[in-house]
Amino acid sequence: MAVENGLPREHYLNATYGIRSWLLTTDHKRIAMLYLASVTFFFFIGGTFASMIRIHLLTPNGYLVSPETYNKLFTMHGVAMIFFFLIPSIPAVLGNFLIPLMIGAKDLAFPKINLLSWYIYVVGGCFVLYSFSTGGLDTGWTFYTPLSSVYSNSAVTPAVIGIFINGFSSILTGLNFIVTIHTMRAPGMTWFRLPLFVWAHYATSIIFILGTPVIAITLLLVGLERMFHLGFFNPALGGDPILFQHLFWFYSHPAVYIMILPAMGVISEIIPTFARKPIFGYSFIAGSSIAIAVIGFFVWAHHMFLTGESVYAALTFSLLSYLVAIPSAVKVFNWTSTLYKGSISFDTPMLYALGFIGLFLIGGLTGLFLACLGLDIHIHDTYFVVAHFHYIMVGGAVMGYVGGLHYWWPKITGRLYPEFLARIAAVTLFIGFNLTFFPQFILGYMGMPRRYSSYPPEFQALNVMSTAGASILALGYLLPMVYLIWSMRYGQVAGRNPWPATGLEWQTDSPPLTENFDVTPEVTWEAYDFANRPDLGLDVPGAPVHAHGDD
Amino acid sequence: MSVPSQLPLYPEEASNFAPHVDALMVYITLVCLFFAVAVTAAIIFFFFRYQRRKPGEIGAVIHGDSRLETLWLAVPSLLALTMFAGGAIVYVDFRRAPMDTLDIYVIGKQWMWKLEQPNGMREINELHVPVGRNIKLIMASEDVIHDFSVPAFRTKMDVVPGHYNTLWFRPTKIGKYHFFCSQYCGTNHAVMGGWVTVMDDSDYAAWLSGSSGANVNPVVAGEKLFADKACTTCHLSDGKGRAPSLNGVYQAKVLLADGSTVTADDAYIRESILAPAAKIVAGYQPLMPPFQGQLSEEDIFSLTAYIKSLQSQPVPATGAGIAPTGKK
Repeated sequence: MAVENGLPREHYLNATYGIRSWLLTTDHKRIAMLYLASVTFFFFIGGTFASMIRIHLLTPNGYLVSPETYNKLFTMHGVAMIFFFLIPSIPAVLGNFLIPLMIGAKDLAFPKINLLSWYIYVVGGCFVLYSFSTGGLDTGWTFYTPLSSVYSNSAVTPAVIGIFINGFSSILTGLNFIVTIHTMRAPGMTWFRLPLFVWAHYATSIIFILGTPVIAITLLLVGLERMFHLGFFNPALGGDPILFQHLFWFYSHPAVYIMILPAMGVISEIIPTFARKPIFGYSFIAGSSIAIAVIGFFVWAHHMFLTGESVYAALTFSLLSYLVAIPSAVKVFNWTSTLYKGSISFDTPMLYALGFIGLFLIGGLTGLFLACLGLDIHIHDTYFVVAHFHYIMVGGAVMGYVGGLHYWWPKITGRLYPEFLARIAAVTLFIGFNLTFFPQFILGYMGMPRRYSSYPPEFQALNVMSTAGASILALGYLLPMVYLIWSMRYGQVAGRNPWPATGLEWQTDSPPLTENFDVTPEVTWEAYDFANRPDLGLDVPGAPVHAHGDD
Repeated sequence: MSVPSQLPLYPEEASNFAPHVDALMVYITLVCLFFAVAVTAAIIFFFFRYQRRKPGEIGAVIHGDSRLETLWLAVPSLLALTMFAGGAIVYVDFRRAPMDTLDIYVIGKQWMWKLEQPNGMREINELHVPVGRNIKLIMASEDVIHDFSVPAFRTKMDVVPGHYNTLWFRPTKIGKYHFFCSQYCGTNHAVMGGWVTVMDDSDYAAWLSGSSGANVNPVVAGEKLFADKACTTCHLSDGKGRAPSLNGVYQAKVLLADGSTVTADDAYIRESILAPAAKIVAGYQPLMPPFQGQLSEEDIFSLTAYIKSLQSQPVPATGAGIAPTGKK
């Protein structure tokens, strides 16, 4: 099917035309594109709020907006980014596109439910946008009661309804992935031949299914208390505000792993490809994803060390929080060891992967500071937490997502992006990110509380540094946006397997057929096994002699 | 406080907790720095050492090493345990106030702090404390969750509506320090703060007496409320009323109808006023009406202060509601 000097004649993008063919598609690849467009939209909304926050904090008394508006900005930044960008980004875009390709299937197990997931996401998103545009939301993304359920004058009800609805999108996506991975693997694709990206999504899906119902019902209770004065959380009505925090964090801590696990999956694909060797400790990386998903459900109350919870609970949750750090450490050590005696290239996805390790390392290690009971007393609810969180979520999850987009862009669009620009953007992102968020660790230790629209003057210098960094960071995001869109039309044709990589997704056309494969592939090799893949055209025993790089 | 010209890395150490928290910070930073530097150095070294030299080259076939996996499971686990233990020691100390504290009542409301010294002197967004004394803040909220945080003391604690949370510390350095609301509480969250002034004993005593003219002693206010709300009709001090005598009850063990005992601390007294049916004293009927919504947090503080003042009154032989083991 592949054409020597151009794109394949027929692929999922040109199989049918017209708006209906997109809005009623059940092709997982097209649904992934719908998600790509919608999460990008929310990323821009959230990013705009973030820019306004950073500009506002240039001066101690606040530069741009009123305290009320500032509170809405950070709340809406959090809601847009977490529920409508970070959580769906890698699973619903890259996971959706790649999981069937990686396991040699034609589609996900339930293609119509997959489309339904996207519509649910859109409906949830509309409710949230309605909240943003009719009064805004000023509760913080954490919706702590009784502020959210009684005292806030902002549009809380449509927002919690929107997040409630959106939860079902996650649940259905998780269900679809689990069933697909269990039942639709191609012949020979055993569990331990699965790409680690698939393992990471399997672990993520477990959290989607077990955790999301809890946040959905919790936010519904907030809505009910707000609308009908039912006393769940308001002490004046006999409720308990601490109950809300238990329910909220029971989901929202695991949700952090929803956001980071898929990014870890992306990194586990990129590193072996650009080091051209098997990943070090495959089963430990796969197992650590599952360990994170499971242990992650038992650490939630570490967000609550200073609510007056029992000392014994605090001790238990602190210990378990240290426990959940170990599998993440195992991943970092294994990725690093994979580089040993590799054949390493500097391609853009690899720059993102190595940047990810560096930033995730800082984000993960600073988690150890916060898990420490005695130290958390001081840094809880300060900018230290803001910095830690952004190192994991932006330095980790977003770097993973952008790195993954670059890595699979040739597969998704059939074309390559301009490599030099892309490398510049990767380095810009890395530098801008550190300049933005590293000063916030120091601010936090100095005692600056989070969610402050104004602050004592001694904190100004570090805030100005952070804002300066954010302007570089913004450039780092805009650059890929421009050249990736450009490349969709003008980029160099990539071919099936430009890097080359070992996964099944690289065995089919770029962009793939609607049915993914002409014939169902049969897997006879282990994951990332370059040495036994003469078909890749590399210098291995038994490889056919032919020119490199234009397969 | 003047704006420091250089970039400081940590705030002043002005309480008993500060050196311990900073020591944890230094310890964890050193351990993490070791790993961060080691991993980063390895990545940079491998990156340059193992760069691809020929386009078709592949890497060595290495699938893993179980000895290495064991090593990097075990070593971080052990180090994590030391961090946990260090943090636990500081935290347990932080959560268990000593007995000899100077008690100050704190009320958080959108968007101000009201503080009350033991003699009834009131302050708004200001707290004066003597250096070297153990201070305990007994904190309530009138609306949403707030958090009383003093970075120079390395302490903070949420102030939760419907709960009493306490926060103790011993200021060690005379000076003026920021306190903040650290739990997001709505529009003016960022300005819900003020200053803690740490003074030496004689300055503190002079300050307390200097402006006490307008203050109502909380014990006096509580006694008046106790009569106004008709508490006196049942809670007779000789133990012969329909409700237990409150003499000596504060901080004593109370025997409940279900056979358990509970310490009559501030939180218990608060709950027994607002929702008396929650814990019924053994031998009594649940007759008392709930005062939920009828008393302000300040009223409850006053009533508690009055009940506290009864600690020195003679405990009747029967009708005190105190567990058979008696006072601690």
